[in-house]
Amino acid sequence: MYLTKEEEHILQGEQGEVVERMFRLIVQLGDIYGADKMIPVGSVQVAGVSYKSIADPGTEFLEDLAAKGAKVKVLTFLNPAGMDLENWEKLKFPKDFAANQLRIMKAFKSMGIVITATCTPYLAGNLPRFREHIAWSESSAISFSNSVIGARTNREGGPSALAAAICGKTPNYGFHLWENRQPTIKIKVEADLTFDADFGALGYYVGKQIKNKIPYFVGIKNADTDQLKALGAAMAASGAVALYHVEGLTPEADLVKKDSLETIAITKKEVDEAYAKLNTGKEPDIVILGCPHASLREISSVAEKLKGKHLKKPVWVCTSRMMKEAADRMGYTDIIEKAGGQIVADTCMVVSPIEDMGYKTTGVNSGKAANYLPGFCKQNVCFASMDKLLEAAL
Amino acid sequence: MMKGRTISPGKVKGVALVSKEPIGFYGGINIKTGIVIEKGHPLEGKCVKDKILVFPCGKGSTVGSYVIYGLQKNGAAPKGIINKETETIVATGVILAAIPCVDKIDIDQIKDGDTVVLNADNATVEVAK
Repeated sequence: MYLTKEEEHILQGEQGEVVERMFRLIVQLGDIYGADKMIPVGSVQVAGVSYKSIADPGTEFLEDLAAKGAKVKVLTFLNPAGMDLENWEKLKFPKDFAANQLRIMKAFKSMGIVITATCTPYLAGNLPRFREHIAWSESSAISFSNSVIGARTNREGGPSALAAAICGKTPNYGFHLWENRQPTIKIKVEADLTFDADFGALGYYVGKQIKNKIPYFVGIKNADTDQLKALGAAMAASGAVALYHVEGLTPEADLVKKDSLETIAITKKEVDEAYAKLNTGKEPDIVILGCPHASLREISSVAEKLKGKHLKKPVWVCTSRMMKEAADRMGYTDIIEKAGGQIVADTCMVVSPIEDMGYKTTGVNSGKAANYLPGFCKQNVCFASMDKLLEAAL
Repeated sequence: MMKGRTISPGKVKGVALVSKEPIGFYGGINIKTGIVIEKGHPLEGKCVKDKILVFPCGKGSTVGSYVIYGLQKNGAAPKGIINKETETIVATGVILAAIPCVDKIDIDQIKDGDTVVLNADNATVEVAK
């Protein structure tokens, strides 16, 4: 790979031990994957935040970097943590878990990373532009930024994203190059997508089928950003889809080459099959919405549904701290809490220790959460639309 | 002698533990013991510690890099890794943990229990006869 004089000096230790070590990591990755040079990144999102995910070795790795004075050079946000960073006691998160989680947050903060903890950085103040090079590392956020915004990121691992933040650069390969953003399969959607969960079911089915291909969707007549967020998240979880195009809806769809692609048709039968596959439980002990983190529009529909009602079961709506602030101000939080529900910020059901909190069956409207909960959190899953889940909890 | 691509340098000799299926380190391997915990995985119940771990490619969560690093810190890591195709998550993990790793190897030539010499400095793999 071509390195500038300045970059060579970094490898000789001119900017200190930490920058040298982190730069060496991304130069090695760039060499392996055939990058021609380093390119500057506009922003970073770092995964590997929950103590449940990274455990003691990961925590010590971050604390060591922080102690050696590591600082990020660009706007850097975090993936969800393992708990609500403000209301963890009230929500009954275990105390020893909380202590370790707070050590991790302290290390990140001292590196100048914004303590946001969300899988929807684009809704919380980290919004890349079309064609901007970024280094993000949560799979649904990667999918949304590549596909819906048209920014350019590879599927970064936690440490390689952190290295990009500390160096302000990433190697130029993979999805940073236009030729690698062309669709490799066409998905013809012949099913009606009516409910929120239909997009998750479609994404789950397609991801399983196509693994890491780049799909070009036709037949999706309309979808708002919440529905696209659900679709992309499910495809990234059941497969490894990091980029998709939707005819008429996403910004690169008109620009890419889409002739003579292999085509898969999706009818109501395949969508129903996905619902059946994802439903492994009968009665949920808890309903958790907001995977990926709920937008303000999604929170307001929950509030509308719960206004003046009383829940028989716990309901969590997971979101970013920024969306929660707006929900507080609009009175949505108050409505949801009066009904017996909670808005939980900074975390989500997949990375929090819900299996240690006494829950065995979780109701979700997310194809991504339904995919991960049985393995990561030992949960049975009831997968349905938000309306159905909330009606059953009243 | 097979020649591949260096992912992370170093030279080791050890016994091969071979999986025909991809490995997801996060949620797939116990970070303290090195025992494979993924339900239904061909290596379920086996321990990767001190083995030359051979598998086609990584899969799953981007947090897997930290699990590889953690295995090394806990003394439960494989001695070396041989892949058909190493993706970024495994590559990041082995570089950080300084575990020798080579990819672009025809892993069908390596049998479970074979003694293997992995020279990641030259990107070569040799099965001892």
